[in-house]
Amino acid sequence: MAHFTKANSVYEWLDQRLALTKLWKVLAAEYWIPKNINFLWAMGVVLMTMFTILVISGIFLLMYYKPDTKLAFDSVNYTIMQEVWFGWLWRHMHAVAASVVFLVIYIHMFTGIYYASYKRGREMIWISGMLLFVTFSAEAFSGYMLPWGQMSYWAAQVITNLFGGIPFIGDDLVIWIRGNFYVSDPTLTRFFMLHVFLLPIIIMMLIGFHFYTLRIPHVNNQDGEEIDFDAEAEKYKAGLKRESKVIPFWPVFLSKDFFVLSVFMIFYFYLVFYHYEFAMDPINFDPANPMKTPPHIYPEWYFLWSYEVLRGFFFNVGPLSAMDMGLIAFGIANIIFFFLPWFDKDPTVAPADRRGGFFFWFWLMVIDMIVLTIWGKLPPTGINAYIGYLAAVGFLALWAALPAITGERRKLFWFVVIVTALLYIFGFMEYTKAMGNGFIITATFLIFYLLFFLSPVMVKERERGAQ
Amino acid sequence: MNKELKILAIIIILVGITYWGIEPYAHSKMHPHHEPATFKYEDLKPLPLKGDAKRGAQAIQNNGCTGCHSIKAAGIPAPMDPVSASASYGVNPPDLSNIAALIDKKFLANFIKHPVKAFKLEHKFGANRPFPMPDFFGSDQDLADIVAYLESIAKPQEPRGAFETACGRCHNLRYDKWTVIGPKPKFKNEVEKADFELKKAKYEANLKKYLGTTPPDLSMFIRSRGPEYIRDFVENPQKLLHGTAMPRVGLTEKATEEVIKHLEHVGDRKKEKREKLGPWVLAYFVILSILAYLWKEKIWKELH
Repeated sequence: MAHFTKANSVYEWLDQRLALTKLWKVLAAEYWIPKNINFLWAMGVVLMTMFTILVISGIFLLMYYKPDTKLAFDSVNYTIMQEVWFGWLWRHMHAVAASVVFLVIYIHMFTGIYYASYKRGREMIWISGMLLFVTFSAEAFSGYMLPWGQMSYWAAQVITNLFGGIPFIGDDLVIWIRGNFYVSDPTLTRFFMLHVFLLPIIIMMLIGFHFYTLRIPHVNNQDGEEIDFDAEAEKYKAGLKRESKVIPFWPVFLSKDFFVLSVFMIFYFYLVFYHYEFAMDPINFDPANPMKTPPHIYPEWYFLWSYEVLRGFFFNVGPLSAMDMGLIAFGIANIIFFFLPWFDKDPTVAPADRRGGFFFWFWLMVIDMIVLTIWGKLPPTGINAYIGYLAAVGFLALWAALPAITGERRKLFWFVVIVTALLYIFGFMEYTKAMGNGFIITATFLIFYLLFFLSPVMVKERERGAQ
Repeated sequence: MNKELKILAIIIILVGITYWGIEPYAHSKMHPHHEPATFKYEDLKPLPLKGDAKRGAQAIQNNGCTGCHSIKAAGIPAPMDPVSASASYGVNPPDLSNIAALIDKKFLANFIKHPVKAFKLEHKFGANRPFPMPDFFGSDQDLADIVAYLESIAKPQEPRGAFETACGRCHNLRYDKWTVIGPKPKFKNEVEKADFELKKAKYEANLKKYLGTTPPDLSMFIRSRGPEYIRDFVENPQKLLHGTAMPRVGLTEKATEEVIKHLEHVGDRKKEKREKLGPWVLAYFVILSILAYLWKEKIWKELH
């Protein structure tokens, strides 16, 4: 047993037993972050705060919510919104935070992509972050079902139905997920369990893991510079604060985060009080009615881009129906970001504006995802169907071209461009009904997907230190 | 700093474009534009004659109105209870005491003359399926007198009264304890409760037979439809929901505003609190931001 001396204060007593001083040093006072950063580096703390708000407001809502198809709607819209003291505030905060958290996730994610913070030792940061994104998506989807409004019901109907597209087990899987042949009371109660228990616990564990993954490779900086953290930390501790390239998490890094967070909170609470309709769709204030399909069914805004990848394929290709084609692309879209470190064949860690072709890839990806998001909500009629197709194929094409762009393989790059252009032309002919689905389209899609899957495997990573 | 502002500007622009696309733009495509309500009822002709309220009091008896309608203000009771009335007519005919305070005068005259036409329900009622209220057989002078009489007895309506008279015989409003057969009373025992529920169920069944559908409960309509939609919808339901069984009820602009006020009170009861608390919370975070900025500047001063 370790030797303990008599403690002179409560803090000392605890410190002897829990090593508080050491813990605080490791976690905050001597946890080193690069100095060369901008406000985008504060998004992690903003996300942590939003998640905390979601948990706390969620606990209050949970005290009055009733997971029963007969009671759910009124427990939310009457009991919580009208009878419970400040229930309306908790609900508005919860709903708006659930929507805004995705905005910050996307900013956080694209910051990582822009500054190449997903490679050369930082792969696990990226993967744990993507796992968080997927679990947050599941958490958002299950939560949206709980008020049991029209959109809760019909979104659940459409999304659970998608699993029916999986070969062989699809139909059984849908029943297994719903707990019934159609979306009904057992569906609500199991998604309630997922939303308030299983998924939040997984998220909390993943957040811990995400923090841990930062320990060894450290946080990236604005120039992608490789920093000797031990040496720079010594400089800082020796009082050479100006010369040192690092800052401690507390109080230096957090003082900046705290400012960014405060400004963000102005924006957030403005939405909570005055502009909540985007997060609380009016249609969901109609009680769920299985007999009455709403004229427009759409997911929440943060799912629109992948929803449009699903919807973008509007014509059959060979033996595959439009729905099959959409499901394949949708399945890829939902996992493809995990593989970013291996689609990128350039070992350089630098911001996109110093990485040649990648700079254009980055902005094309941002634009394409915005187009997908907007067209994901527009009714898919007329020319919108074709624009959706352009953006959906464009999304896949950007990924197919990424190994060629970052690996500097010009011929392969132009090959991807030509195949994509052909798909655009064939798609237009399908749109104008000038061409039936035949051998040529099937063959072109086959080549396209071969490029998509083979490029990241076949293209070799560029030599290190080329720049 | 300059660079950070540039980054912020890019983010704001991109988020702004996305927001514009998925909210105002997408909704304008999903819900095509319609002309806002004018409450002029221009398809109807005004009555050329001047009415006399005293003669109207007699005419309303002579023309058989009180055979179905009560006029409680004049001490004329309803001939039937709501459930029996709904069994005979499909819906309980309204009490006429305050009807003229809510309904446009021109509309009222036209409605009495040709109910189905004023209601815009020609697609539901005709020779094969006669409307429960017959066309007016009396003279135009009688009609003008009746309208004048109704105007003379009508008292201005509070939001709740406007809702109950104009909407409350077809629509429940459960968050206000209002049912199609009247306010839900406090029950002394289970028998009373079951009795009331049975009456309500019977009435609703008759109503469904009459309209072909159950009119929705309006408790959350202020959030699900919004005030503009309700306003335009009430003025002319067919324009926004072609083929609906909901009649054009001919409310005046003021009466419509009263109804909306009531729906807002019932469906968005905390609006006032929300709007009162908002500025305080925002002010708190503005001050916090200033303090946080000063703190950050103080700490970062020694780093550069």
